[in-house]
Amino acid sequence: MPQPSSLKAGYNFAYLDEQTKRMIRRAILKAVAIPGYQVPFGSREMPLPYGWGTGGIQVTAGIIGPDDTLKVIDQGADDTTNAVSIRRFFANTAGVATTEQTEDATIIQTRHRIPETPLQAGQILVYQVPIPEPLRWLEPRETETRKMHALQEYGIMYVRLYEDISRYGHISTAYDYPVMVNGRYLMRPSPIPKFDNPKMDRNPALQLFGAGREKRIYAVPPYTSVKSLDFKDYPFQVQKWDDCCTLCGADDSFLDEIITDDAGGRMFVCSDSDYCAKRRDAGHSGPNPGEAATKKIGEAGDAA
Amino acid sequence: MYVAVKGGEKAIENSLDLVAEERRGDRDVPELTIEQIKSQMALAVDRVMTEGSIYDRDLAALAIKQAQGDIIEAVFLLRAYRTTLPRFGYSAPIDTAQMGIQRRISATYKDLPGGQILGPTYDYTHRLLDFDLTEENRNGPAAARTAPEAVNDGEIPHVTDLLNHEGLIQQEPETDEDAPIADLTRQPLAFPAGRDLRLQNLARGDEGFLLALGYSTQRGYGNNHPFVGEIRMGEVSVEIEPEELGFPIEIGEITVTECELVNQFAGTADSPPQFTRGYGLSFGKAERKAIAMGLVDRALRCRELGEEPTAPAQDEEFVLYHTDNVEASGFLQHLKLPHYVDFQSELELIRKLRAEYMARRQAAAE
Repeated sequence: MPQPSSLKAGYNFAYLDEQTKRMIRRAILKAVAIPGYQVPFGSREMPLPYGWGTGGIQVTAGIIGPDDTLKVIDQGADDTTNAVSIRRFFANTAGVATTEQTEDATIIQTRHRIPETPLQAGQILVYQVPIPEPLRWLEPRETETRKMHALQEYGIMYVRLYEDISRYGHISTAYDYPVMVNGRYLMRPSPIPKFDNPKMDRNPALQLFGAGREKRIYAVPPYTSVKSLDFKDYPFQVQKWDDCCTLCGADDSFLDEIITDDAGGRMFVCSDSDYCAKRRDAGHSGPNPGEAATKKIGEAGDAA
Repeated sequence: MYVAVKGGEKAIENSLDLVAEERRGDRDVPELTIEQIKSQMALAVDRVMTEGSIYDRDLAALAIKQAQGDIIEAVFLLRAYRTTLPRFGYSAPIDTAQMGIQRRISATYKDLPGGQILGPTYDYTHRLLDFDLTEENRNGPAAARTAPEAVNDGEIPHVTDLLNHEGLIQQEPETDEDAPIADLTRQPLAFPAGRDLRLQNLARGDEGFLLALGYSTQRGYGNNHPFVGEIRMGEVSVEIEPEELGFPIEIGEITVTECELVNQFAGTADSPPQFTRGYGLSFGKAERKAIAMGLVDRALRCRELGEEPTAPAQDEEFVLYHTDNVEASGFLQHLKLPHYVDFQSELELIRKLRAEYMARRQAAAE
């Protein structure tokens, strides 16, 4: 593939060699064909550490082309250090356009969040996954969990949720909340808050999941059913805040808590920085707009 | 006024500059050269090559310099480079019987064909800090009494082969030479893992982890009474056989350390009592690693030998999934990445659970 001259010398477009990309794309095709099934793949060592998004990076490298526009978020924000680092990696190795606007991106790589702005058909959301196996905390052995998936033997997870309810009165899983995909495979949505789980269901975008260290890829094709596990008498519920975003006043977004002093003072702001900025640009403001302002440490200019 | 603490491009650039600054250290002190690291930090180079699983002394020395001597970071640098290299072919198995021996010891025989050669070893050094080394001595120590010269009088038989003549040691199963060899850098681990896959995994594995696992077998967690049948270290030639050529050609020499363990085994109804084997191999002079690898290899052969796996070192999934220090180090250190969203979710939940608990207590008290 021809390379723009600005790219790192000696490396292929998007870092990985074409054979590796083909291997990854084959794994992705299989994953799309069997929604929620974890496909083993020959994950490579990347120049970024395992556990820092190598699975997502390999998936993105496998699907990205010169015409794509990439957005990278971590904790919902485009300007967290690891998101900046990954965006820079692709800007350097693939020379693609990058954006912070959810609706302008063709590929969005994410860690721990789904953007608040609804995704559209044709977009691809790439999740970075630390532990792909939903049953792992219940059964540490891969040989066992593969068998359990094959037999659709998921009773152990329902027992776990039931035990939560009997002990705490609630299901005590707040993030990485297990889902059933297409009525067949139990899937780990990666550590997104359960607040984001409903967004996965019948989403028009293609959702791809990459776990580099664990060497697994899985997928939720567009418009596929994704159901969070629950019981009839204890239906699935998402988090709610008593507050709204201090900056933009949103009461429908996931809020990060910010400690403002050492005497219990705190405030809440949107975790999705693009969503929050857009609302403010549109004239929305929070309860105490004068009290707050975002400021990035150092120079805010993001070259990417 | 609220200031959102978010690191940007600039913070990362500053951090990279600081690392470069720290790496160089005091500018009044001459900069380390790759040559110096290669020749005077040779054992670190050996370890980085072994766990980085690429035999290249220059690159390993560069990685050590770049990582400021952090060995696991150096292994990571080398691995990330290795993964970009094309594969031209596969070598023929190296023949360690033809090794140019620098060191060869057996703990099972006082004397044996080929002899014992102590070679360079820390084994009989007294661990007294040598303050003479604080001063640079341009002339170096007096030359070794006998110049170290690789011994290679044709083939030097393996101790395990000697035992094999009497049928005292387990025969390795015949393998089909044309059968594909597992390669976990191309295919993810799958279980049950064949011995080829296990040995590859152990060879790349972290020395510290294998040392601890091997040690645990010696302390009773899966004991299998090991003897060092033989350790040999020296140069072996590497050959490839290009398809269009039809005969092997030598492409170079590498230094390796090989450890063959002789372990006890009681025998079963189907087989008479005989010794069993554990095997370790490392690049360069990495003897501790090779022995530890041999112990763990033997422990992992429990199923094949009809032993009940009970100890951690015998647990294939436990061992093979956790040997890789590049994977382990990355995942452990990802804890430094922001987890605001997960933590916020937990905060929200724990506050709710606490409120309900307090309300229940209140109600009970009234």
